This record gives sequence, C-alpha cells and structure tokens, in this order.
Amino acid sequence: MRWLVAGLVAVLVALVVGVSLGPVSLPPGSVAAELLNLFPGVHLDSGLTEREIAIVTELRLPRVVLGLLVGGLLALAGGCYQGVFRNPLADPYLLGVAAGAGLAVTAAIALGGAGRQGTLSGLPMTIPLAAFAGSLLAVTMTYVLGAAGGRRGSPAMLILAGVAVSAFLSAGQTYLLQRHADSIQPVYSWLLGRLATAGWHDVLLVLPYAALTTVVVLLHRRELDVLAVGDDEARSLGLHPQRTRYLLIAAASLGTAAAVSATGLIGFVGIIVPHTVRLLAGSSYRVILPMSLLFGGAFLALTDVVARTVAAPSELPIGVVTALLGGPFFVLVLRTARRVLT
Amino acid sequence: MSREPAGREPASREPAAGTPAVEVRGLHVALGGTPILTGVDLTVAVGEWVTVIGPNGAGKSTLLRAVGGLLPAPKAITLFGTPSAALRRRDRARIVATVAQSPVVPPGMSVLDYVLLGRTPYIPTLGRESTADVDAVHEVLGRLDLAGFHRRELATLSGGERQRVFLARALAQGATLLLLDEPTSALDIGHQQDVLELVDQLRREHGLTVLATMHDLSLAGEYADRMVMLAAGRVVAAGTPPEVLTEELLATHYRASVRVVPGAHGPLVVPVRPTRP
Repeated sequence: MRWLVAGLVAVLVALVVGVSLGPVSLPPGSVAAELLNLFPGVHLDSGLTEREIAIVTELRLPRVVLGLLVGGLLALAGGCYQGVFRNPLADPYLLGVAAGAGLAVTAAIALGGAGRQGTLSGLPMTIPLAAFAGSLLAVTMTYVLGAAGGRRGSPAMLILAGVAVSAFLSAGQTYLLQRHADSIQPVYSWLLGRLATAGWHDVLLVLPYAALTTVVVLLHRRELDVLAVGDDEARSLGLHPQRTRYLLIAAASLGTAAAVSATGLIGFVGIIVPHTVRLLAGSSYRVILPMSLLFGGAFLALTDVVARTVAAPSELPIGVVTALLGGPFFVLVLRTARRVLT
Repeated sequence: MSREPAGREPASREPAAGTPAVEVRGLHVALGGTPILTGVDLTVAVGEWVTVIGPNGAGKSTLLRAVGGLLPAPKAITLFGTPSAALRRRDRARIVATVAQSPVVPPGMSVLDYVLLGRTPYIPTLGRESTADVDAVHEVLGRLDLAGFHRRELATLSGGERQRVFLARALAQGATLLLLDEPTSALDIGHQQDVLELVDQLRREHGLTVLATMHDLSLAGEYADRMVMLAAGRVVAAGTPPEVLTEELLATHYRASVRVVPGAHGPLVVPVRPTRP
C-alpha cells in the first residue's frame, strides 16, 4: 500500500516537474493549479498568461503524459517478460521485441507512405498494429531460437538469441532506411527515441493499447508469482503455464509495440525500473508490476526533463539518455544475476 | 463470491468407503519414443503410506509425475474414484499436492509468499488471495514450527527448514494425497528422520495419504506401510517392506550386495562390499 502511494507521488512529481521545466520556466505551484483546472468544476487562479497556459496544456502536458505512458509500458513489459521467461535480463530491447516493432514501423512508413507529410505526427492508427505484428514475430523468433539450445533453453541462451534477432531485424531496418532515404527522413529522429514533437494525438494513439496491456498484465500478476516456481510445480498448483505465458508475451509485446510506434527506440527502461522496484519492494510480481508501471512512467518523464535541459537550447535524444543510464545498470544486474545465468 | 474453506476434504464428491486414493491400472508412459513405464499397476488406500523404490532410471519419478497429472493424463489413473483425466487442473490441485525432488527456490521470495502459492487452486483466476488464505497459511506455518519464519527469504533457510517450507506449501494446498519425490535426498540423516516423522505425524493427524519415492531403503522401509519396487519401468515386487526388501530382489534389480537385518520398524538394508571373484 505504501508503495502504491510512493508510486503515485512519483508520478505527480514527474508531472509537475516535467511541465514546469523547459525553455520557459514556470512556477511549479502555478503549473499544479493549471493542471487541477483541467478537471471539470475546478477554477483556480494560476497567475499564468494565456500563452503560458497554452504552453502547459498544448506543448508540455502531452509530452509529459506520453512520457508517463511510454515509460510505464516499457517498464511493465520488462517486468512481465522477466517473470514470463524467469530471466532477470529479459527486456523489450534485449529480446528483440522493440527491434521487430521498429522494423515494422519503418516498413509501414517506407512502403506504405505513412510518413508522406514529412513528419511522424498524425500516424494512422494502424501503425501500432503493424508494430505489434513485428514485435510478435521478433519475440517468437527469440523464443524459438533461445529454446533450441536445450530442452527449455537457458536464460543466457534466450538473451543471446534476442541479441541475434535484434541485430538481424535492425539490419533489415537499416536496409529500408537506405533504400527509401528520401521518404523516410522523419524516422531518423524517431529512431533515437523522441518525445520532442509529442502532441495529444500521440497520446491518443498509445492510450488504447496501453490500457489493454496494463489490464491484462496486472490481472495476471499473481500468476507470474506462481510461474516463478517452474512450469511443473505451477501445473500441479492448477495453472496452465504455457497458456498464461503466451497471453502475457502477447500483452507485453503489444505494450512495447505501442510505445515504440509513438516514441521510437528508448532502451533499458524495462531493465532499470523493474530491478530498482525489486530491490526496494521485494520480489513479488504483485508489487513489481504495478510499481513498474508507475515508477517507469515517472522515470521516463523525468529523464525527458534531463534530455531537454542538460544541453539546452538543443535537446538530447531521450533514448541516448536512457542508454547512458541503462548501460552501467545493465552491467550491475548482470553481475548479480550471474548465478542464475550459468 | 463463495470460497472454499481451508478444509482438507477433496473438492470432488465424497468417494464411497473403500475407494482407494490412487488406482493405477496398466499405465504405459513413453517419453520421446522411449518407453519409461510399462504396464504399471499401483493401488494406494486412503490413509496409507506407499513408497516406490527402484534403481536409478527405473521410472519412479515418472510414475509420481503421472499420478500428479503432470503427464498427458491417460485413462489408467483414478484418484479417489474419479478418473484423473476427467479432473480439471484446479480441482486436481485441491486433491493432490506434490513436493518435487528439488523444488525451484525463487530468488527473493519470502516464506509467506511461497507457502501462499499453495492456495492457488482456491484463488479465483485473475483474483488475489483473501485474508482466509493468509490465515490458512499462518495456521500451516504454525503447525510445522515455522511461525517465526514467514518474513524470512526462502533462499536463506537451511536444507531442513526449506524441506519443511516445501511441505507447508503442499499442506496449504489442502490436498489429502501427498506425492513426495525423494523428500529426504538433500538432507543429513537427522533431518531425514525429522522430515519423515513429521510427514507420518501429519498423515495420522489429518488422514493424509502418502505416495513417495525414496532411495534410502532402510528409511523407506521404516515409514512405509507398503512398498513397490520398479525396475526398467515395470513393477517387479510389491508388498510390505519385509516382502520387498529382500537380499535376492535387491541383488537382482539393484545389482547390490546387501545384508538385510530385521529392525524394530522394518528391515534394515546394510551394504556389504562384494567379495572379489
């Protein structure tokens, strides 16, 4: 319960800080008042000018909300994969899921002309579905390759398979980018992860998929705890482990696909956040999954603040910032997980 | 929503008196084309303790897995009068609890959370455990002298304590049939006796039925009502411990040179170095 409160506080802090900071700094109190004004029936005097209010509601708020959604989804998917595969290193990026979604989005833009207007904004609603197909293809390849090493495959095999699948699909993506260089200009910024041009339509694009993923995964959080004792024992406790596993892989991949189609490739959130939550709040997925959702959102929204202020007036791609944080963190997880992997 | 109490009666209708807990008739199991079990018959009466012995690779664990419903359920297995294949997985989990040979110890999981997993067959799909489930777990922990352990991390417990936690999870399942695959293989001799005494006490107090596999023949004979010897996937001997633990049978099927001496609770099997030809 106290972790739930902590998670909600983190989200609120990220929301206010994320909206307050930027080229025009706004007082957090006024921002909080203006955010409350969005609720029907609330009329507070925030002291902000018309223009500042527009900055809050039309520019910064959608960006922060998208950050919250995408970060929450990536962290939730990471935690879910870790439980489903019983593998501490499982993550949407290391499993190749994100690369599969990225390839599918690139293909849809290059071959389908979805990016004609010279921007990714206003993507058709079908783009996340294409990304979902790509992510499912990728996770299936990784699963099959990773299990080929033995009767069920070792955790290390799965990650190596993910790396191979990821490299393979990224190569396909690079090929498409080379062949369609002119029509695909906007994909370059998207490749490194971008929240910069986020608008409310991006939020609306992600929202339905995010809701579906969240509901399915959170409803199964107890089943993930049961899966932790292995398939045989889960079965003798009355579960259908393989059925549960397929459903959760599909749900986590849908969430990843939605995140990738909105903001491109933002890595390591699915490793950093669930492991931090695990260290703080214990090993039960009943806690890890909802907390990953909340802290993942807060984490990415705050990382975005860093990305757009540290080198102001220019912005760092947010994927670069998460990778800078995630690389060392990954090494840390690798060291503690060595026992599991060998 | 109606929830079953933490009682230990099987979820299915009450079987008629005299119905065995386990009835296996002509069980064949082949894994990857290799026959593992051939025409195995086995009957375990309610409240009985039957131990399956046999040399490595005889098919003991496979037999237990089949009874526990972990293998594609053939028609050959009946549990408390109901064909195993006709039971839904959740319902079977309320009747049969298994303690695996070396259960997975999930890193970081507390004893309470681990034993709570035993309540899974009573928790609605996609639901969460109720306070009744938590109470049932605390009751089981108390019964197994684990009351102070619920916050401890399972991975940090000693082998004997862990084995008691594994048993606690099986008891929390509220099943009347307990399948124990090598319950003592990871323990020193004192803890082996502790665990087997505990199982026997629980069996008497709660009318549990026990089907176990064991390697230590003397220990197996001291606790079992009846024994079944498997060799190469077939039943080669069945009966009371003195009927099964004979020097001839052990020489034939284990290729072991042993002396069998009578003991207070069953025959004691003593390995004797073979004389060189």
